[in-house]
Amino acid sequence: MADTFPRGRTAIAGLATFGIGEMPGWTSMELTAQAALLAVADAGLTLPDVDALFICQPDDFFAGMSFAEHLGLQPRYTDNNRTGGSAFMSHMAVAAMLLDAGYIDCALIAYGSNQRSNGGKLATKITSNQWDAPYAPLFPLTSYALATARHMHEYGTTREDLAAVALAARAWANTNPDAFARGPLTLEDCLSARMISTPISVRDCCLVTDGAAAIVMTRTDRARDLPKPPVPVLGAAAATWWNSIAQAKDVTVTAARESSARAMAMAGVSPSDIRTAQLYDAFTINTILFLEDLGFCPKGEGGRFVSSGAIAPGGTLPVNTNGGGLSYCHPGMYGLFAIVEAARQIRGEAANQIDAVDVALAHGNGGTLSSQATVILGSVATL
Amino acid sequence: MTGPEAHWRAALAEGRLLLQRAPDGSVVFPPRLAAPGSSEALEWFEASGRGSVYTLSWISRKPPAEPYHVALIDLDEGARLMSRVEDVTPETLRIGMKVEAFVEQGGEAPLLLFRPVED
Repeated sequence: MADTFPRGRTAIAGLATFGIGEMPGWTSMELTAQAALLAVADAGLTLPDVDALFICQPDDFFAGMSFAEHLGLQPRYTDNNRTGGSAFMSHMAVAAMLLDAGYIDCALIAYGSNQRSNGGKLATKITSNQWDAPYAPLFPLTSYALATARHMHEYGTTREDLAAVALAARAWANTNPDAFARGPLTLEDCLSARMISTPISVRDCCLVTDGAAAIVMTRTDRARDLPKPPVPVLGAAAATWWNSIAQAKDVTVTAARESSARAMAMAGVSPSDIRTAQLYDAFTINTILFLEDLGFCPKGEGGRFVSSGAIAPGGTLPVNTNGGGLSYCHPGMYGLFAIVEAARQIRGEAANQIDAVDVALAHGNGGTLSSQATVILGSVATL
Repeated sequence: MTGPEAHWRAALAEGRLLLQRAPDGSVVFPPRLAAPGSSEALEWFEASGRGSVYTLSWISRKPPAEPYHVALIDLDEGARLMSRVEDVTPETLRIGMKVEAFVEQGGEAPLLLFRPVED
Protein backbone atom coordinates (compact mmCIF):
# COMPACT_ATOMS: atom_id res chain seq x y z
CA MET A 1 0.00 0.00 0.00
CA ALA A 2 1.30 3.44 -0.90
CA ASP A 3 1.74 6.05 1.79
CA THR A 4 -1.03 8.53 2.39
CA PHE A 5 0.36 11.92 3.30
CA PRO A 6 -1.17 15.39 3.40
CA ARG A 7 1.26 16.84 0.87
CA GLY A 8 1.78 20.54 1.52
CA ARG A 9 -1.25 20.86 3.79
CA THR A 10 0.93 21.49 6.85
CA ALA A 11 3.91 23.79 7.14
CA ILE A 12 6.71 25.01 9.31
CA ALA A 13 5.51 28.40 10.52
CA GLY A 14 8.29 29.22 12.99
CA LEU A 15 11.82 28.11 13.69
CA ALA A 16 14.79 28.94 15.87
CA THR A 17 18.15 27.77 17.07
CA PHE A 18 19.73 28.82 20.34
CA GLY A 19 22.98 28.38 22.20
CA ILE A 20 24.97 26.82 19.37
CA GLY A 21 28.45 26.04 20.65
CA GLU A 22 29.10 26.45 24.35
CA MET A 23 26.49 27.49 26.90
CA PRO A 24 27.87 26.80 30.37
CA GLY A 25 25.35 27.40 33.12
CA TRP A 26 22.37 26.25 31.05
CA THR A 27 20.54 22.96 31.44
CA SER A 28 19.43 20.97 28.42
CA MET A 29 15.79 21.79 29.16
CA GLU A 30 16.52 25.50 29.49
CA LEU A 31 18.26 25.53 26.13
CA THR A 32 15.35 23.63 24.59
CA ALA A 33 12.76 25.93 26.12
CA GLN A 34 14.57 29.04 24.91
CA ALA A 35 14.68 27.71 21.34
CA ALA A 36 11.01 26.78 21.66
CA LEU A 37 9.98 30.25 22.85
CA LEU A 38 11.97 31.84 20.02
CA ALA A 39 10.34 29.56 17.45
CA VAL A 40 6.84 30.33 18.74
CA ALA A 41 7.60 34.05 18.57
CA ASP A 42 9.08 33.62 15.09
CA ALA A 43 5.78 32.07 14.02
CA GLY A 44 3.91 35.11 15.32
CA LEU A 45 2.11 32.91 17.82
CA THR A 46 1.98 32.75 21.60
CA LEU A 47 2.74 29.79 23.81
CA PRO A 48 -0.93 28.99 24.56
CA ASP A 49 -1.43 28.48 20.82
CA VAL A 50 0.71 25.32 21.11
CA ASP A 51 -1.39 22.21 21.75
CA ALA A 52 1.06 19.42 20.93
CA LEU A 53 4.63 18.83 22.06
CA PHE A 54 7.24 16.67 20.36
CA ILE A 55 10.60 16.23 22.03
CA CYS A 56 13.42 13.70 22.39
CA GLN A 57 15.93 14.84 24.99
CA PRO A 58 19.21 13.02 25.60
CA ASP A 59 19.04 12.93 29.36
CA ASP A 60 15.36 12.59 30.22
CA PHE A 61 13.25 9.60 29.30
CA PHE A 62 10.15 11.52 30.43
CA ALA A 63 11.12 14.64 28.48
CA GLY A 64 7.63 15.09 27.07
CA MET A 65 6.21 15.57 30.51
CA SER A 66 9.16 17.65 31.68
CA PHE A 67 8.80 19.93 28.68
CA ALA A 68 5.08 20.44 29.26
CA GLU A 69 5.79 21.20 32.90
CA HIS A 70 8.63 23.58 32.10
CA LEU A 71 6.54 25.53 29.60
CA GLY A 72 3.41 25.37 31.75
CA LEU A 73 1.34 23.78 29.00
CA GLN A 74 -1.22 20.98 29.13
CA PRO A 75 -0.85 19.66 25.56
CA ARG A 76 -3.53 17.61 23.83
CA TYR A 77 -0.82 15.31 22.53
CA THR A 78 2.77 14.66 23.64
CA ASP A 79 5.30 12.57 21.74
CA ASN A 80 8.65 11.55 23.19
CA ASN A 81 9.90 8.89 20.83
CA ARG A 82 13.26 7.11 21.02
CA THR A 83 14.54 6.61 17.50
CA GLY A 84 17.61 8.75 18.13
CA GLY A 85 18.66 11.61 15.90
CA SER A 86 16.00 10.86 13.30
CA ALA A 87 13.27 11.36 15.91
CA PHE A 88 12.55 14.89 14.75
CA MET A 89 11.80 13.91 11.15
CA SER A 90 9.48 11.23 12.55
CA HIS A 91 7.89 13.87 14.76
CA MET A 92 7.16 15.92 11.64
CA ALA A 93 5.43 13.00 9.97
CA VAL A 94 3.20 12.47 13.01
CA ALA A 95 2.55 16.18 13.49
CA ALA A 96 1.54 16.57 9.84
CA MET A 97 -0.97 13.74 10.17
CA LEU A 98 -2.44 15.03 13.44
CA LEU A 99 -2.65 18.60 12.14
CA ASP A 100 -4.27 17.56 8.89
CA ALA A 101 -6.77 15.39 10.75
CA GLY A 102 -7.74 18.31 12.97
CA TYR A 103 -6.62 16.40 16.06
CA ILE A 104 -4.19 19.22 16.98
CA ASP A 105 -3.77 22.79 15.74
CA CYS A 106 -0.18 23.72 16.51
CA ALA A 107 2.79 21.45 17.07
CA LEU A 108 6.02 22.45 18.76
CA ILE A 109 9.00 20.20 18.01
CA ALA A 110 12.07 20.97 20.10
CA TYR A 111 15.43 19.64 21.16
CA GLY A 112 18.36 20.92 23.18
CA SER A 113 21.41 19.62 24.94
CA ASN A 114 24.27 20.97 27.00
CA GLN A 115 26.39 17.98 26.05
CA ARG A 116 29.59 19.98 25.63
CA SER A 117 29.35 22.03 28.83
CA ASN A 118 28.23 18.94 30.70
CA GLY A 119 31.44 17.17 29.75
CA GLY A 120 29.98 14.79 27.19
CA LYS A 121 28.39 12.69 29.92
CA LEU A 122 25.21 12.24 27.94
CA ALA A 123 27.02 10.12 25.39
CA THR A 124 27.09 7.21 27.82
CA LYS A 125 23.31 6.93 28.21
CA ILE A 126 22.98 4.42 25.38
CA THR A 127 25.16 1.34 24.96
CA SER A 128 25.65 -1.68 22.75
CA ASN A 129 23.17 -4.53 23.07
CA GLN A 130 24.08 -7.68 25.00
CA TRP A 131 25.28 -9.50 21.86
CA ASP A 132 27.79 -6.83 20.86
CA ALA A 133 28.85 -5.42 24.23
CA PRO A 134 31.23 -8.28 25.28
CA TYR A 135 33.53 -7.34 22.38
CA ALA A 136 33.73 -3.70 23.52
CA PRO A 137 33.00 -1.74 20.36
CA LEU A 138 32.99 2.01 20.94
CA PHE A 139 29.33 2.93 20.90
CA PRO A 140 28.23 4.27 18.51
CA LEU A 141 31.49 5.06 16.71
CA THR A 142 32.74 1.54 15.91
CA SER A 143 29.47 0.67 14.19
CA TYR A 144 30.10 3.47 11.71
CA ALA A 145 33.71 2.32 11.38
CA LEU A 146 32.54 -1.19 10.44
CA ALA A 147 30.31 0.27 7.74
CA THR A 148 33.14 2.49 6.51
CA ALA A 149 35.62 -0.38 6.31
CA ARG A 150 33.21 -2.46 4.26
CA HIS A 151 32.37 0.47 1.97
CA MET A 152 36.09 0.93 1.32
CA HIS A 153 36.50 -2.78 0.65
CA GLU A 154 33.58 -3.05 -1.76
CA TYR A 155 33.74 0.28 -3.56
CA GLY A 156 37.28 1.56 -3.22
CA THR A 157 36.23 4.50 -1.07
CA THR A 158 39.31 6.17 0.41
CA ARG A 159 40.22 8.17 3.47
CA GLU A 160 40.65 11.10 1.07
CA ASP A 161 36.98 10.71 0.14
CA LEU A 162 36.00 10.74 3.81
CA ALA A 163 38.13 13.84 4.27
CA ALA A 164 36.31 15.55 1.39
CA VAL A 165 33.13 15.41 3.48
CA ALA A 166 34.83 17.04 6.46
CA LEU A 167 36.47 19.66 4.25
CA ALA A 168 33.18 20.57 2.55
CA ALA A 169 31.49 20.92 5.93
CA ARG A 170 34.28 23.18 7.14
CA ALA A 171 34.10 25.30 4.00
CA TRP A 172 30.39 25.93 4.63
CA ALA A 173 31.03 26.58 8.33
CA ASN A 174 33.69 29.14 7.57
CA THR A 175 31.06 31.49 6.15
CA ASN A 176 28.43 30.76 8.82
CA PRO A 177 28.98 33.02 11.85
CA ASP A 178 26.97 30.59 14.03
CA ALA A 179 29.15 27.59 13.24
CA PHE A 180 31.18 26.32 16.17
CA ALA A 181 34.19 24.94 14.27
CA ARG A 182 35.64 27.47 11.85
CA GLY A 183 39.11 28.06 10.52
CA PRO A 184 41.49 26.29 8.23
CA LEU A 185 41.28 22.53 7.78
CA THR A 186 43.43 20.74 5.22
CA LEU A 187 43.41 17.32 3.64
CA GLU A 188 46.67 16.64 5.45
CA ASP A 189 45.03 17.57 8.77
CA CYS A 190 42.37 14.94 8.09
CA LEU A 191 44.74 12.21 6.90
CA SER A 192 47.15 12.67 9.81
CA ALA A 193 44.42 12.91 12.45
CA ARG A 194 44.47 10.53 15.38
CA MET A 195 42.80 7.21 14.57
CA ILE A 196 40.03 6.15 16.94
CA SER A 197 38.43 3.06 15.41
CA THR A 198 39.83 2.25 11.98
CA PRO A 199 39.19 3.74 9.48
CA ILE A 200 37.54 6.56 11.46
CA SER A 201 39.81 9.28 12.83
CA VAL A 202 38.90 12.25 15.00
CA ARG A 203 38.38 14.32 11.84
CA ASP A 204 35.70 11.91 10.65
CA CYS A 205 33.63 12.55 13.78
CA CYS A 206 31.01 15.17 14.49
CA LEU A 207 31.49 17.90 17.02
CA VAL A 208 30.41 17.76 20.64
CA THR A 209 28.62 21.05 21.28
CA ASP A 210 25.75 22.57 23.19
CA GLY A 211 22.75 23.81 21.30
CA ALA A 212 19.00 23.79 20.82
CA ALA A 213 16.54 24.04 17.98
CA ALA A 214 12.77 24.21 17.59
CA ILE A 215 10.14 24.40 14.90
CA VAL A 216 6.44 25.23 15.01
CA MET A 217 4.10 23.44 12.61
CA THR A 218 0.53 24.30 11.74
CA ARG A 219 -1.83 23.86 8.80
CA THR A 220 -0.58 25.70 5.73
CA ASP A 221 -3.77 27.72 5.31
CA ARG A 222 -3.23 29.13 8.77
CA ALA A 223 0.51 29.55 8.26
CA ARG A 224 -0.18 31.78 5.26
CA ASP A 225 -1.66 34.35 7.65
CA LEU A 226 1.39 34.33 9.89
CA PRO A 227 4.34 36.70 9.47
CA LYS A 228 6.98 34.35 8.05
CA PRO A 229 6.81 32.56 4.70
CA PRO A 230 5.29 29.12 5.30
CA VAL A 231 7.52 26.16 4.56
CA PRO A 232 5.12 23.41 3.48
CA VAL A 233 5.95 19.82 4.33
CA LEU A 234 5.71 17.93 1.05
CA GLY A 235 6.65 14.51 2.40
CA ALA A 236 7.95 12.82 5.54
CA ALA A 237 8.80 9.14 5.99
CA ALA A 238 10.69 7.01 8.49
CA ALA A 239 12.14 3.53 8.07
CA THR A 240 13.67 1.05 10.52
CA TRP A 241 15.63 -1.98 9.34
CA TRP A 242 17.66 -3.02 12.39
CA ASN A 243 19.17 -1.73 15.62
CA SER A 244 22.66 -3.22 15.89
CA ILE A 245 24.92 -2.77 12.88
CA ALA A 246 25.71 -6.49 13.20
CA GLN A 247 22.19 -7.21 11.96
CA ALA A 248 22.40 -5.14 8.78
CA LYS A 249 22.09 -7.37 5.74
CA ASP A 250 24.53 -5.04 3.99
CA VAL A 251 26.26 -2.42 6.12
CA THR A 252 26.75 -0.18 3.09
CA VAL A 253 23.00 0.23 2.51
CA THR A 254 20.74 1.95 5.03
CA ALA A 255 17.00 2.35 5.45
CA ALA A 256 17.48 5.87 4.08
CA ARG A 257 16.87 4.16 0.75
CA GLU A 258 13.32 3.38 1.84
CA SER A 259 12.57 6.55 3.81
CA SER A 260 13.74 8.80 0.98
CA ALA A 261 11.88 6.90 -1.73
CA ARG A 262 8.67 7.12 0.23
CA ALA A 263 9.13 10.77 1.18
CA MET A 264 9.96 11.74 -2.41
CA ALA A 265 6.94 9.83 -3.72
CA MET A 266 4.69 11.71 -1.28
CA ALA A 267 6.25 14.99 -2.34
CA GLY A 268 6.15 14.12 -6.03
CA VAL A 269 9.82 14.97 -6.48
CA SER A 270 12.96 13.15 -7.55
CA PRO A 271 16.53 13.75 -6.40
CA SER A 272 17.16 16.10 -9.33
CA ASP A 273 14.41 18.43 -8.04
CA ILE A 274 16.14 18.86 -4.70
CA ARG A 275 18.20 22.03 -4.56
CA THR A 276 19.95 21.38 -1.25
CA ALA A 277 20.22 18.41 1.11
CA GLN A 278 20.82 18.60 4.84
CA LEU A 279 22.15 15.20 5.92
CA TYR A 280 22.78 13.92 9.43
CA ASP A 281 26.58 13.75 9.34
CA ALA A 282 27.48 12.18 12.66
CA PHE A 283 30.50 10.75 10.83
CA THR A 284 31.91 11.41 7.37
CA ILE A 285 30.66 8.04 6.12
CA ASN A 286 27.07 9.12 6.87
CA THR A 287 27.12 11.75 4.16
CA ILE A 288 28.53 9.29 1.63
CA LEU A 289 26.01 6.55 2.48
CA PHE A 290 23.06 8.93 2.48
CA LEU A 291 24.00 10.58 -0.83
CA GLU A 292 23.87 7.08 -2.32
CA ASP A 293 20.78 5.86 -0.50
CA LEU A 294 18.84 9.07 -1.16
CA GLY A 295 19.53 8.68 -4.86
CA PHE A 296 21.92 11.56 -5.50
CA CYS A 297 24.54 9.16 -6.87
CA PRO A 298 24.74 5.41 -7.49
CA LYS A 299 25.61 2.99 -4.65
CA GLY A 300 29.35 2.90 -4.25
CA GLU A 301 29.94 6.25 -5.96
CA GLY A 302 29.47 8.41 -2.86
CA GLY A 303 33.17 8.76 -2.20
CA ARG A 304 33.94 9.89 -5.72
CA PHE A 305 30.88 12.17 -5.67
CA VAL A 306 32.05 14.08 -2.60
CA SER A 307 35.66 14.18 -3.82
CA SER A 308 34.45 15.87 -7.02
CA GLY A 309 33.46 18.89 -4.94
CA ALA A 310 29.75 18.36 -5.62
CA ILE A 311 28.61 18.98 -2.04
CA ALA A 312 30.96 21.89 -1.20
CA PRO A 313 30.37 25.60 -1.82
CA GLY A 314 30.05 26.06 -5.57
CA GLY A 315 29.13 22.40 -6.11
CA THR A 316 26.13 20.99 -7.93
CA LEU A 317 24.38 19.74 -4.75
CA PRO A 318 24.96 21.97 -1.73
CA VAL A 319 24.99 19.67 1.32
CA ASN A 320 24.97 20.69 4.97
CA THR A 321 25.13 24.36 4.09
CA ASN A 322 25.39 25.40 7.73
CA GLY A 323 28.53 23.31 8.28
CA GLY A 324 26.65 20.22 9.45
CA GLY A 325 27.33 18.12 12.49
CA LEU A 326 30.99 18.04 11.53
CA SER A 327 31.57 21.81 11.79
CA TYR A 328 28.33 23.64 12.73
CA CYS A 329 27.01 21.90 15.83
CA HIS A 330 26.22 18.46 17.19
CA PRO A 331 24.77 18.43 20.69
CA GLY A 332 24.12 14.68 20.76
CA MET A 333 21.34 14.58 18.18
CA TYR A 334 21.55 16.67 15.02
CA GLY A 335 18.25 15.91 13.30
CA LEU A 336 16.33 19.06 14.15
CA PHE A 337 19.23 21.29 13.09
CA ALA A 338 19.14 19.71 9.63
CA ILE A 339 15.41 20.46 9.42
CA VAL A 340 15.91 24.09 10.52
CA GLU A 341 18.66 24.61 7.94
CA ALA A 342 16.50 23.15 5.15
CA ALA A 343 13.64 25.44 6.19
CA ARG A 344 15.92 28.46 6.36
CA GLN A 345 17.10 27.72 2.82
CA ILE A 346 13.46 27.66 1.64
CA ARG A 347 12.75 30.91 3.47
CA GLY A 348 15.84 32.58 2.06
CA GLU A 349 17.25 33.14 5.55
CA ALA A 350 20.26 30.81 5.60
CA ALA A 351 23.72 32.08 6.46
CA ASN A 352 24.97 30.47 3.25
CA GLN A 353 21.89 31.13 1.20
CA ILE A 354 21.60 29.13 -2.03
CA ASP A 355 19.82 30.76 -4.98
CA ALA A 356 16.24 29.74 -5.74
CA VAL A 357 15.60 26.96 -3.25
CA ASP A 358 12.11 25.61 -3.88
CA VAL A 359 12.68 22.06 -2.65
CA ALA A 360 15.01 21.05 0.17
CA LEU A 361 15.59 17.72 1.86
CA ALA A 362 16.49 17.00 5.47
CA HIS A 363 17.56 13.50 6.39
CA GLY A 364 17.90 12.14 9.92
CA ASN A 365 19.85 9.19 11.28
CA GLY A 366 19.27 7.46 14.59
CA GLY A 367 21.14 4.78 16.47
CA THR A 368 23.98 3.15 14.55
CA LEU A 369 22.70 3.81 11.03
CA SER A 370 19.58 2.14 12.45
CA SER A 371 16.68 4.56 12.14
CA GLN A 372 16.33 6.69 9.03
CA ALA A 373 13.82 9.46 8.36
CA THR A 374 13.53 11.91 5.50
CA VAL A 375 11.50 15.09 5.10
CA ILE A 376 10.97 17.07 1.92
CA LEU A 377 10.23 20.75 2.36
CA GLY A 378 9.03 23.10 -0.33
CA SER A 379 8.20 26.72 -0.93
CA VAL A 380 4.57 27.75 -1.43
CA ALA A 381 5.36 27.76 -5.15
CA THR A 382 5.55 23.95 -5.03
CA LEU A 383 1.96 23.56 -3.81
CA MET B 1 11.66 -24.31 29.93
CA THR B 2 13.59 -21.12 29.33
CA GLY B 3 13.47 -18.40 26.71
CA PRO B 4 15.57 -18.65 23.54
CA GLU B 5 18.40 -16.48 24.84
CA ALA B 6 18.88 -18.53 27.99
CA HIS B 7 18.78 -21.72 25.89
CA TRP B 8 21.51 -20.34 23.61
CA ARG B 9 23.66 -19.24 26.55
CA ALA B 10 23.33 -22.62 28.26
CA ALA B 11 24.64 -24.30 25.10
CA LEU B 12 27.48 -21.80 24.85
CA ALA B 13 28.50 -22.69 28.39
CA GLU B 14 28.89 -26.27 27.10
CA GLY B 15 31.07 -24.99 24.25
CA ARG B 16 28.37 -25.35 21.60
CA LEU B 17 27.27 -22.69 19.12
CA LEU B 18 23.55 -22.97 18.41
CA LEU B 19 21.64 -21.20 15.67
CA GLN B 20 17.99 -21.28 14.65
CA ARG B 21 16.61 -22.11 11.24
CA ALA B 22 13.36 -20.73 9.80
CA PRO B 23 11.05 -22.86 7.64
CA ASP B 24 12.38 -21.11 4.52
CA GLY B 25 15.89 -22.26 5.44
CA SER B 26 17.19 -18.84 6.51
CA VAL B 27 19.34 -18.86 9.61
CA VAL B 28 18.67 -16.63 12.57
CA PHE B 29 20.89 -14.90 15.12
CA PRO B 30 20.44 -13.56 17.79
CA PRO B 31 18.05 -16.19 19.17
CA ARG B 32 14.36 -15.30 19.15
CA LEU B 33 10.89 -16.73 19.45
CA ALA B 34 9.74 -16.86 15.85
CA ALA B 35 11.09 -16.51 12.34
CA PRO B 36 11.91 -12.87 11.56
CA GLY B 37 8.99 -11.23 9.85
CA SER B 38 6.61 -14.10 10.54
CA SER B 39 5.21 -16.15 13.39
CA GLU B 40 6.62 -19.41 12.08
CA ALA B 41 8.46 -21.74 14.43
CA LEU B 42 12.25 -21.91 14.47
CA GLU B 43 14.31 -25.06 14.90
CA TRP B 44 17.61 -25.16 16.74
CA PHE B 45 20.69 -26.71 15.19
CA GLU B 46 24.37 -26.81 16.01
CA ALA B 47 26.41 -24.52 13.77
CA SER B 48 29.64 -25.57 12.09
CA GLY B 49 31.32 -22.54 13.62
CA ARG B 50 32.99 -21.79 10.32
CA GLY B 51 32.70 -18.38 8.77
CA SER B 52 34.51 -15.38 7.34
CA VAL B 53 35.26 -11.79 8.30
CA TYR B 54 32.68 -9.42 6.78
CA THR B 55 34.12 -6.19 8.16
CA LEU B 56 36.39 -5.12 11.01
CA SER B 57 37.67 -2.16 12.98
CA TRP B 58 40.76 -1.71 15.15
CA ILE B 59 40.12 0.41 18.21
CA SER B 60 42.97 2.57 19.51
CA ARG B 61 43.96 2.62 23.15
CA LYS B 62 46.30 4.88 25.05
CA PRO B 63 49.86 3.55 24.56
CA PRO B 64 51.46 1.33 25.57
CA ALA B 65 48.18 -0.64 25.39
CA GLU B 66 47.83 -2.31 22.02
CA PRO B 67 44.78 -1.66 19.83
CA TYR B 68 42.05 -4.29 19.89
CA HIS B 69 39.47 -5.06 17.27
CA VAL B 70 35.90 -6.09 16.69
CA ALA B 71 34.71 -7.86 13.57
CA LEU B 72 31.42 -8.84 12.02
CA ILE B 73 31.58 -12.51 11.15
CA ASP B 74 29.46 -14.13 8.46
CA LEU B 75 28.81 -17.72 9.55
CA ASP B 76 28.75 -20.24 6.73
CA GLU B 77 25.14 -21.09 7.58
CA GLY B 78 24.13 -17.48 6.86
CA ALA B 79 23.88 -15.59 10.14
CA ARG B 80 26.05 -12.62 11.05
CA LEU B 81 27.34 -11.62 14.47
CA MET B 82 29.87 -9.39 16.19
CA SER B 83 32.95 -11.03 17.66
CA ARG B 84 36.75 -10.97 17.73
CA VAL B 85 39.38 -13.04 15.95
CA GLU B 86 42.23 -14.24 18.15
CA ASP B 87 45.89 -14.62 17.10
CA VAL B 88 45.82 -11.86 14.48
CA THR B 89 47.47 -8.45 14.00
CA PRO B 90 46.40 -5.33 12.08
CA GLU B 91 48.66 -6.68 9.31
CA THR B 92 47.10 -10.14 9.13
CA LEU B 93 43.41 -9.63 9.89
CA ARG B 94 41.49 -8.85 6.71
CA ILE B 95 38.00 -8.82 5.27
CA GLY B 96 37.25 -12.22 3.77
CA MET B 97 39.57 -14.13 6.13
CA LYS B 98 38.25 -17.63 6.94
CA VAL B 99 37.67 -18.21 10.64
CA GLU B 100 36.25 -20.80 13.01
CA ALA B 101 34.49 -20.37 16.32
CA PHE B 102 35.59 -21.40 19.78
CA VAL B 103 34.24 -20.63 23.22
CA GLU B 104 36.44 -18.97 25.82
CA GLN B 105 35.26 -20.18 29.20
CA GLY B 106 37.67 -18.32 31.48
CA GLY B 107 35.91 -14.96 31.88
CA GLU B 108 32.81 -13.79 33.71
CA ALA B 109 30.64 -15.45 31.09
CA PRO B 110 31.41 -17.84 28.21
CA LEU B 111 32.54 -15.77 25.22
CA LEU B 112 32.20 -16.73 21.56
CA LEU B 113 35.44 -15.98 19.71
CA PHE B 114 37.03 -16.96 16.41
CA ARG B 115 40.45 -17.96 15.16
CA PRO B 116 41.85 -17.98 11.61
CA VAL B 117 41.79 -21.20 9.60
CA GLU B 118 43.39 -22.11 6.31
CA ASP B 119 41.27 -21.38 3.23
